[in-house]
Amino acid sequence: MKYILSVLVENKPGVLSRVTGLISRRGFNIDSLTVAPTEDATMSRMTIIVDADEVGYEQITKQLHKLISVYKISDLTDTDAIERELVLFKVVASPERRHEIIEIASIFRANIVDVGKNSLTIEATGTASKLDAMEDLLRGYGIKQLTRTGKIAMSRGARDA
Amino acid sequence: MTDTTKNSPAASPLAGSPRTPDMPDDIRQHVCTSAAALREGHGITREERLALKECAISGRPFGPGSHTEKEGQVMTGAQAIIASLEAEGVDTLFGYPGGQAIKIYDALYDSTKIHHVLARHEQGAVHEADGYARATGKVGVVLVTSGPGATNTVTGIATAYMDSVPLVVISGQVTRGVIGTDAFQEADIVGITMPVVKHSFLLQSNDDLTATFRKAFYIASTGRPGPVLIDVPSDLAGEMMTFHYPDKIEIPSYRPTYKGNAKQVRQAVEMIRTARRPLLVVGGGVVSSHACDEVIELAEKMQIPAVTTLLGKAALPCSNPLNLGPVGMHGSKYANMAMTDCNLIIAVGARFSDRVTGKLSEFAPYAKVIHIDIDPAEIGKVRDPQVPIVGDARSVVAAINAQLDKIDAKPVSQDWVKQCFEWRERWPFYTADFADYPDRIAPEIVLEKLSDKLDPHNSVVTTEVGQHQMWAHQHIHREESRTFISSGGLGTMGFGFPAAIGAKIGRPEAQVVCIAGDGSIQMNIQEMATAIGNGVAVKVLLIDNNALGMVHQWQRLFYNERYSSTEFTANPDFVKLAEAYGWQAERINHPDQIDGALDRMLAADGPYLLDVIIPTAQTVYPMVAPGAAIDDIIGAIDVTLGGVRITEKGMSPAGETAGTVAEPLPLNERTDGAFRTSGATRVATDGELGAEARPVISADADPDAPKGGE
Repeated sequence: MKYILSVLVENKPGVLSRVTGLISRRGFNIDSLTVAPTEDATMSRMTIIVDADEVGYEQITKQLHKLISVYKISDLTDTDAIERELVLFKVVASPERRHEIIEIASIFRANIVDVGKNSLTIEATGTASKLDAMEDLLRGYGIKQLTRTGKIAMSRGARDA
Repeated sequence: MTDTTKNSPAASPLAGSPRTPDMPDDIRQHVCTSAAALREGHGITREERLALKECAISGRPFGPGSHTEKEGQVMTGAQAIIASLEAEGVDTLFGYPGGQAIKIYDALYDSTKIHHVLARHEQGAVHEADGYARATGKVGVVLVTSGPGATNTVTGIATAYMDSVPLVVISGQVTRGVIGTDAFQEADIVGITMPVVKHSFLLQSNDDLTATFRKAFYIASTGRPGPVLIDVPSDLAGEMMTFHYPDKIEIPSYRPTYKGNAKQVRQAVEMIRTARRPLLVVGGGVVSSHACDEVIELAEKMQIPAVTTLLGKAALPCSNPLNLGPVGMHGSKYANMAMTDCNLIIAVGARFSDRVTGKLSEFAPYAKVIHIDIDPAEIGKVRDPQVPIVGDARSVVAAINAQLDKIDAKPVSQDWVKQCFEWRERWPFYTADFADYPDRIAPEIVLEKLSDKLDPHNSVVTTEVGQHQMWAHQHIHREESRTFISSGGLGTMGFGFPAAIGAKIGRPEAQVVCIAGDGSIQMNIQEMATAIGNGVAVKVLLIDNNALGMVHQWQRLFYNERYSSTEFTANPDFVKLAEAYGWQAERINHPDQIDGALDRMLAADGPYLLDVIIPTAQTVYPMVAPGAAIDDIIGAIDVTLGGVRITEKGMSPAGETAGTVAEPLPLNERTDGAFRTSGATRVATDGELGAEARPVISADADPDAPKGGE
């Protein structure tokens, strides 16, 4: 099953490598990983999605806890955490079909961020399932390029994670 | 190879040699007050070790900290590194210089407090620091240069990591400006060692220098100990700074749990109180947390037999009848049977290594498990415990003892203890009259004799890795912790000899013997120069079978005797080689020579190598085949059948069938003609291998068997 981990780490060179190295060394695969500084510039937050069984997941979190660079690990898997992902699509768009594509984008509350002679670049955010659905629709027009950020997550309410 | 005895001490091997063990001529000896003081003393007492541990946990430096004359002075980064080591009370530094470490070595030249031990290879330096740390309980410290100097430390660091040994390794690095440009002797040692360090630092600024050292010593020595690397770019070593050493450090992201959860302790006590077949599994954590006395108290109070892992070996006195000794692949049959048939395992500082558990699905099938470990990641990694207790072994076991006293618990395990003792009587490791090859030296007998001649309280035995290691594990009797040193987790050939040098430097008053094989000793044999150069009177007992014995044994048993690359064709004359290094040495090949030779070795003032020629075909028994259950044992001796080795049940991968005697194999053609033994070849008939060989215990019939849902 897929687990969502929010990991607060020291913002120093090499920390990403410590975390990813540890997970892969122990035989697990990272589905997606995002990392960026937090409100405190000395710390970064990683959102890691790993595919593991329960025992494996427990090992990953325990081993991560042992890293001196790791401050805190929150499991956001079963909580009703807010999950978001950002995606950029570059879609084939001849002038006569542009209109349809823009309509799809607006249904998904996505933005057109660039227009070329025969292409449109769309920026969309949302949950993975929404973005998957949008991707399916756009595929019919021809997707020239696609980039997804991977998931970021945060707990709801006052919980500090 | 000649088979004559060489160099009795009467004909001094050093006669005519320009070098003598007590006159080092190739290194500058620092005047080292604290190391000299230790040389006069009698090692470190338990109280001193406990004080060290308390100091470590408190976050305070091991030495004077800021209370030195160097505090507040302006100095170079290199001088600050040496001052930091002095502030941590470091008296011994193992290392090897080079271009990017030269400034640090220059600063070291002025130190009157730190004794530098010049190794002959960086791997040797790390193993020496490791042996020093394991023998004394202090942090071992290593200084090497960048590039190859640093990469040569990797095996040593990995060895320390697997066995949880506190080390601080300082490596020189190229200047900050050229990092990442493939500069001369540049290696990303922080990246290379990442999987095998507890933590590492790449020093970025001298502002962090002293705090980095304090953190490194703190991290290495607390929680589950381990190696910490500090990589120092050489421009920082030259930059000026003001020296201020922190007297206390806290790391918010690093807070090991020492005290066990009270509720879990109560649950454990409840299980221990009622268990009719309890068993303690004692691992290296008992040694590193100084929990030996507490574990013995628990064992005696509740009459719980104990088995030991390789790293837990010296944690319990061998003379204590409750100590059943080695368990696992080459453990005794009685210990393995106890492990299989017990109904409660109390694992203390042990991690259920595959060499201990054998086939996991058949491991301890009736046992509930109480697992005590300071590392939460070890709990549930291999075997799910009924009661997990994260904490320091000493504090947790003491809490269990106190609770048992409070409820006035009385042991209920008498039948079980009696059963274990009967098993021990029936299946000894070895019987003195059991000679596999008459007129040839049996290594088991050599080690029994060595063990008798050593003070089990105040001597240190280190081992290399292989057959000799397992024989040493089985036959060397120890009474004190930190007197048996071996590479357990990583199984590093080349570890034992340098580790012995480090142990002897840490405990100069103790007799230190390295038990080596002719394969392993050649992996760091250059350290003979380190021993002679530093006047380290270490003894090497070389169990010489002219082969890579352990792999040879596996090939014999499991690979149809296809001896692929395990028989040496070009071993050196070890006696001459030792002499070339300025050592005394001797070779023996007949059982009658054992006693005299051991006496001469132990009496020698300087380093001494004793080359003991044994048959290549000598096999380490008993043995559990890889992948087999640990009670499925090949080659245990059964005294009720007249002391024959038997394979009682099951099939080994080589197809040995149940109920046959594991017959000694013909001697290797090159070492001697094939001759058969008389004593051990008797075949036990099926009838003799009675069904009573072990009690039949099934989960259904057993009232103490774990029930569903517990």
